Amino acid sequence: MSETMTGAEMVIRALQDQGVEHIFGYPGGAVLPIYDALFHQEKVQHVLVRHEQGAVHAAEGYARSSGKPGVVLVTSGPGATNAITGLADAMMDSIPLVCITGQVPTHLIGSDAFQECDTVGITRHCTKHNYLVKSIEDLPRVLHEAFYVAQNGRPGPVVVDLPKDIQFKTGSYVRPLSNQHKTYRPTVKGDMEHIRAAIELMANAKRPVFYTGGGVVNSGPHAATLLRELVRLTGFPITSTLMGLGAYPASDTQWLGMLGMHGTYEANLAMHECDVMINIGARFDDRITGRLDAFSPFSKRIHVDIDPSSINKTVKVDIPIVGDCAHVLEDMVRLWRQGAHQSDKVALKDWWGKIEGWRARNCLGFRNSTETIKPQHAIQRLYELTKDRETYVTTEVGQHQMWAAQYFRFEEPNRWMTSGGHGTMGYGLPAAVGAQLAHPDALVIDIAGEASIQMMLQEMSTALQYNLPIKVFILNNEYMGMVRQWQELLHGGRYSQSYSESLPDFVKLAEAYGGVGIRCDNPADLDAKILEMINVNRPVIFDCIVDKTENCFPMIPSGKAHNEMLLNDYLGETGADIGSVIDEKGKMLV
Amino acid sequence: MLQMKTHYPDATRVEPSHRRTLAIIVDNEPGVLARIAGLFSGRGYNIESLTVTETEHEAHISRITIVTTGTDSIIQQIKSQLERLVPVHRVVDLTLTGEAVERELCLVKVVGKGDHRVEAMRLASAFGARTLDATLTSFVYELTGTTDEVERFIKLMTAVGLVEVSRTGVAAMARGAEGM
Repeated sequence: MSETMTGAEMVIRALQDQGVEHIFGYPGGAVLPIYDALFHQEKVQHVLVRHEQGAVHAAEGYARSSGKPGVVLVTSGPGATNAITGLADAMMDSIPLVCITGQVPTHLIGSDAFQECDTVGITRHCTKHNYLVKSIEDLPRVLHEAFYVAQNGRPGPVVVDLPKDIQFKTGSYVRPLSNQHKTYRPTVKGDMEHIRAAIELMANAKRPVFYTGGGVVNSGPHAATLLRELVRLTGFPITSTLMGLGAYPASDTQWLGMLGMHGTYEANLAMHECDVMINIGARFDDRITGRLDAFSPFSKRIHVDIDPSSINKTVKVDIPIVGDCAHVLEDMVRLWRQGAHQSDKVALKDWWGKIEGWRARNCLGFRNSTETIKPQHAIQRLYELTKDRETYVTTEVGQHQMWAAQYFRFEEPNRWMTSGGHGTMGYGLPAAVGAQLAHPDALVIDIAGEASIQMMLQEMSTALQYNLPIKVFILNNEYMGMVRQWQELLHGGRYSQSYSESLPDFVKLAEAYGGVGIRCDNPADLDAKILEMINVNRPVIFDCIVDKTENCFPMIPSGKAHNEMLLNDYLGETGADIGSVIDEKGKMLV
Repeated sequence: MLQMKTHYPDATRVEPSHRRTLAIIVDNEPGVLARIAGLFSGRGYNIESLTVTETEHEAHISRITIVTTGTDSIIQQIKSQLERLVPVHRVVDLTLTGEAVERELCLVKVVGKGDHRVEAMRLASAFGARTLDATLTSFVYELTGTTDEVERFIKLMTAVGLVEVSRTGVAAMARGAEGM
């Protein structure tokens, strides 16, 4: 049944038909008709952010914690350009978003009109797809197609740029029976021959390891269930990328912890020594592989990925399987069971023996203090005091992010939201707003640094406006910690511009926003103050004053291989100059 | 000093580069060419020649022919990256099963008198070029041929008064009975 309505009304109707409950946005001249249409309905709740980048990150947090696409509404020109960082972030981390941007009227496009910018041109490289809608007849199709494209295949952000005259125009709206794209049909089912070959290879493996990534989380909770089943069936060790944390429970004995630049000793050495690597939904990112020519030199590799361009991009694989993780895992579990495949128990016992040896190195151990709060200790306590609750964690980017990934243990997928690929400082606070909105009764914590938090701090105001009791837990070491760590490693300890000068009083700042401020600088008070934070049903900024000099270990220095990790007692034991660890070539790599 | 020498072979083996001709079938929608050209520049691939026009008007489908060079793994990446674009239906490497039929067209303007003019006419007829326009002092020739033929023709014409060249990119098709 077709109905006659304006373009602006079509936007709202399409959102309703897609089951969208929340959108994040900021009004402006070129989207006023859509805001007017919003005014007349109650199904779609609009969340007013304080900056468009915040809107996109909030939508990312919402999407990643709920499995639903995030929706953003911003105006033309500065509205669209402010959203770019968020879109690029969603692109890198494969987060399904639909971002509707206003545009100047069609007859003014190209005339350098007020608040005009070439939104589709600018966003072409940081979106999965984008549309400029120039006729009202195309609008209903494009709106629904945008949701299809954002969610199917490798997910990503889609921009719909909508000129103001089209928003005013009247046309007929029909909800398409299916909102598929007319030709875009990504492969979801893996090739059975390849899956069979993979199972065969796994059954004969002597030193196997699962290496999983964000693709498992994106594929939905079912994929995580199947992954757990397959890992337990085979008895193989499993590690995961930053983006994949939670898909496999961190409390399980087969879990090796995160791998990569700041991954665990056991995970990285398992990757280095393995003879069969089963990559499920990860993309051999450079933070994972370290030096490519020394990456996992003895392994045959299986790679399951929904994006064919991820296969053989940087690391050659022996058995590529293009498909959705859940579909492929289902086939793998079935084949493993049907064929009554058995792992090589004897070899596996040896392998686990080796791994236990690496584990015994206790690479995440650190020297605690009763004088100052060690950042690792702070995260550990935060974890211990929140683990029995439904907790969602977001982060900013830097040392605190790595410590969170190392010391906070995730048992379920979709509980961990972080900016992995793009590494966007400022992601965590708005992402927490989005996650809290999707899970009003859960505990949502943004683990932050005192530098990162100031990039999107204004979103505290959003949290207050919508009564979202998010907790901002700042590991305050008065440095852009990761920058300082690299300057220590690479630039002779010359801390150029990395000291956080003129910090605000975060407690007063929280109070100024109408939230609660808590400061803690004494390890003895930490638990009580964390509990105080948890038990306040309002937004909190927790200023945790931590050791200023602590560095993030273990670490694979740039240009080094997995078996050339630096551990936390590296400096203490050898007294060597840490700057000499990275060679000239490595310095180029960052 | 912890600087280690590697005992692993260099991963970045120097692979030979090949010239490849790709046919890309796309929806002819606004921005599709920018998307494809942008992909090549953004990811550091080469475009040696590019030809595009709508080939099926009813269905709004265009065929883009791109000549590029790269190692086998880069060519594979180019194909995968292209196929990832939403309006791209299909990418076919026309040179995968041997040489494809490839043609391009050029228009050249030569200006001259006397011997130069006579020599220009001789060369044009030797290459089988068509005369599209003539004045007492000039010719405009059209030549269709492989890229090499066109190159040679232009080089020779330079000696006899070439003043202007306009060339298309390559149009290509795989040999044999099979259609794409």
